[in-house]
Amino acid sequence: MGTFIARRLLYSIPVLIAASMLVFFGMSLVTDPLSQLRLIPNLSQETLQNIIDRKHLEDPIIVQYAFWVKDMFFNQFGTTAVGDNPIWPDLQRAIGNTLQLVLISELIAVSLAVLLGVLSAKRQYSFFDYATTTVSFFGFSVPIFWFALVLQALATAFFLKTGIRLVYTFGQSSPDAANPFIDRVQHMILPIITLAYVNVATYSRYQRASMLEVLHSDYVRTARAKGLNERTVTMKHALRNALIPVVTVAALNFGAVLGGAVITETIFAWPGMGKFFIDSLVRGEIYTLMAWLMVTSVAVIAMNLMADIIYGWLDPRIRYD
Amino acid sequence: MTDQQVHPDEALETEATRAALESVHLEGLEVKSYTQWQLARKKFFQHRLAMTSLVVLTIIILAALFADYIAPYPFDAPNVPDRSLPPTLEGFHIFGTDKIGRDYFSRTLFGTRTSIYVAFIVASVSTIIGIIVGGVAGYYGGKVDNALMRITDLFLTLPFLAILLVLSSFLGAGNPVRVAFILAFLFWTSLARIVRGEFLGLREKEFVEAAEVLGASDRRIIFRHILPNTVGPIIVNATLIVATAILVEAALSFLGFGIQPPFPALGKLIADGQDALTTQWWLAVFPGLTIVTIALCINFIGDGLRDALDPKQRIK
Repeated sequence: MGTFIARRLLYSIPVLIAASMLVFFGMSLVTDPLSQLRLIPNLSQETLQNIIDRKHLEDPIIVQYAFWVKDMFFNQFGTTAVGDNPIWPDLQRAIGNTLQLVLISELIAVSLAVLLGVLSAKRQYSFFDYATTTVSFFGFSVPIFWFALVLQALATAFFLKTGIRLVYTFGQSSPDAANPFIDRVQHMILPIITLAYVNVATYSRYQRASMLEVLHSDYVRTARAKGLNERTVTMKHALRNALIPVVTVAALNFGAVLGGAVITETIFAWPGMGKFFIDSLVRGEIYTLMAWLMVTSVAVIAMNLMADIIYGWLDPRIRYD
Repeated sequence: MTDQQVHPDEALETEATRAALESVHLEGLEVKSYTQWQLARKKFFQHRLAMTSLVVLTIIILAALFADYIAPYPFDAPNVPDRSLPPTLEGFHIFGTDKIGRDYFSRTLFGTRTSIYVAFIVASVSTIIGIIVGGVAGYYGGKVDNALMRITDLFLTLPFLAILLVLSSFLGAGNPVRVAFILAFLFWTSLARIVRGEFLGLREKEFVEAAEVLGASDRRIIFRHILPNTVGPIIVNATLIVATAILVEAALSFLGFGIQPPFPALGKLIADGQDALTTQWWLAVFPGLTIVTIALCINFIGDGLRDALDPKQRIK
């Protein structure tokens, strides 16, 4: 197991280097982090030259890249090109905000999906099974951004009609909140529903399929034949094996979503990683974008590894060496 | 067979397979045989939801393709007296109009045409790349396989939407063909893995060995002998790519990194309607519902195809 993890981590180093070079060189070729500054009419040439010197913008790209690598390791990703603001505090805040959303929605999605998947597999072809199937097909067919907009519109319409503030549709907190915790929850409900719905749709299909497969397998028949009650068969014998695919998919997805639910965060103005990324991209701010990319890629790689480890733990037949 | 709805996971014994089996038993040596394709077609035609979806989708595609003749108004013609109308039969503004009086039914039709056009380019280009990469990796194995799969892994590790947004902001999207190629460039990985898996298994089979012994070239073995056996998964995957491409293109255009005016796009229409969501709900709702309908139809068709084309599910 130790060698397996070590080897996987070693393999991921070239991937990280390739990804960072790809994005760094690509960005440097096409965008100019100073483009917005240059538009300011009475900005002195000196200020610009200062930034150029500080970020070595006139050196060859490979030198700039080397300076960036140095900053990443020794200066916590360094500072932005415009304004010279440290990147790490902002990035940390964004990570925290995204984690709040993603952890809760992932938790809800996995538990709901396992429940729905198991129930619809146990009652295959029942009305309940068809209903969950239909709802989950809607889940893969609805554009997330549109679903979020519809939720927003419904919530606003409800507020305008009744005057009762159930949920907020924008931002993270209100300045004059009486109870900050309840206020935060009210801000989180809609983004969480958005994120969870799409994931429940996917995960519950996996859970149903794997549960059906397991329920029809020989060892489950044996368990029934030796007189165990159905509950023990389902919960202890079948479910453990049937969880494997869902856990894997959820772990992989979790890694990907840590980069920010770009669309959901944009629509609900949630100051997380997704919004951080979009803002960097729009401003052509290469250094914040690179910091974002590194954190996200490491998260993806870590969660891929985690998925494999959980996999081996759930299914002892799988051996890594 | 009233329960022929959605069950991608397990097989139902269908009329077709039963008939095929019975004819074997009853008539002894005189075997009534069906080809793979006949069996698949029968099975697909029995999948009611998939058939309904196929009909609905065909209607939508035809309407979109002939938008020039069907749309009651041009895409970009303001008509101020008719501004901000809710859906009405008067003047045939069945999807309403926006604040400068453009007819949203016509705009949605033209937008749908772009979406479908983009999705088909994405599906065909990424399928071709996926077949080539997966086929070469699976057939030659060894170092080639390793190198190609590492590249595929790199694509899978990179945060997908991020790369997409970075690419399209670099290349300056805007144009539907360019957006389609950017998407295709990122969509081939899943198919490459599927094709590679199939090739790895098939290349060890006796019929491939026989072809090798007969002196067939690599190209002939790949295209004539192995590829036809992997058509099922390829078709299913291509169908699902069409649905994903429509959703992702809409999201990109919505965020402002995809198709941009003057080209019509459903995502852009929804973005335009976003500000007036509570007062003029129709602006965002109808283009959105169109996307949902198309994606739903394609997903159901994909499901029906998977049931029909997977021989493991057919006779059990």
